[in-house]
Amino acid sequence: MAIALEILSPEKLLLARDVDMVVIPGTEGDIGVLPGHAKLVTSLRGGLVDIYENGKVAERFYVSGGFAEVTESRVAVLADEIIRQAEIDSAKAAAALTAAKDAFAAVSLDDAEAYRDASDALIAAQALVDSVAPHAVDKI
Amino acid sequence: MPSLKTLRNRINSVKSTQKITSAMKMVAAAKLRRAQAQAEAARPYACRMGEMLAALAASEFGNPNASPLLVGRPNAKTHLLVAVTADRGLAGAFNANIAKAVRTQAAALEAQGKIVKIFALGRKGNDALKRDLADKISGTRNFVGKKVISFQDAEDVAKELIRGFKAGEYDAVSLVFNRFQNVMTQKPTEQALIPAAAPTANDNATEHNYEVEPDDGTLLERLLPRNLAVQLYSALLDNAAGFYASQMTAMDSATRNAGEMIKKLTLNYNRARQANITKELIEIISGAEAV
Repeated sequence: MAIALEILSPEKLLLARDVDMVVIPGTEGDIGVLPGHAKLVTSLRGGLVDIYENGKVAERFYVSGGFAEVTESRVAVLADEIIRQAEIDSAKAAAALTAAKDAFAAVSLDDAEAYRDASDALIAAQALVDSVAPHAVDKI
Repeated sequence: MPSLKTLRNRINSVKSTQKITSAMKMVAAAKLRRAQAQAEAARPYACRMGEMLAALAASEFGNPNASPLLVGRPNAKTHLLVAVTADRGLAGAFNANIAKAVRTQAAALEAQGKIVKIFALGRKGNDALKRDLADKISGTRNFVGKKVISFQDAEDVAKELIRGFKAGEYDAVSLVFNRFQNVMTQKPTEQALIPAAAPTANDNATEHNYEVEPDDGTLLERLLPRNLAVQLYSALLDNAAGFYASQMTAMDSATRNAGEMIKKLTLNYNRARQANITKELIEIISGAEAV
């Protein structure tokens, strides 16, 4: 049994193939999706999308946020920005985190929307830095 | 009758014009291929986004607190038309068609007693519309000097539009752009951006059966601005592809016309040349007879 995974950015379709399982970083927590999952729509936080094949992580992508749609036979990850985990530039990631921290410190608490955006950006930047050396969860 | 020299000069100048138009045609064809590929690549995301939005929007039917981005404002008074045009000309009626569509639409809205504002996206549209509708243009943006439109560009414009909507500068937004049908046809199309899609009672009958995280309202609040940017992006890509297609067609016919012009001028030139020779011969013969 396999589930059809699509990873899309607004600019292109990055990946479309059948995988065994995929773990997506939902705003409410990570979601592991196996074939036959209940229909679900969720927003994403910044984090790693792990693609499992034959019991191991076959590929990892960093997403900065976005949405995911899950049906029994399909997962569509609509990401804002996608980077293959192996291609993350740690220096750039650190710079992005500093920038996000500064922006978060500067944002006013009264503007709920700006606050939300800044905190999302901070979470995404932190996740980007963490993604450079992710936990070794791939050995099941 | 023009002299031989002026005819020769004209032929040469038409020939160099023809060289330029045929080179432009070639360049436009190459750029068209790239623009089409970009538009093609962006389609899957827009498609999925549309499906997701439609499913979620259905659940908002009858909700008095539904996001105004989705259902619009009651008694919408001010209407913003976003005119999407190219930044450059020499593409036949491509930009003029949009300007015309905007004028017609603006007149129709005013006839309904609405206030019309215009956001000119693209330099040529701004140039064309500010001649007679300058007082209505509330903003403009162009991408002069940019080789390809990135999603970031569309998102910036979307943010600007949403900011204006939230500030109450306008109550509804629609997009006027050239939909790329094929290389020969680009159809001026109007598409509503805000309200995105007012759900109807009919949708409600087939209420979606998705689980939603965090919840419908929060998700829609994130999804709607995103959807707006995606729609703008795909309109901009259609605009780019349509522009190059239109420029290619225009330059093709210009090249053909130049060819016809050269043929006609060459004929005239040869006639004049022969007439000159005949005249000279007559002069020589009559000179010889006189002796």
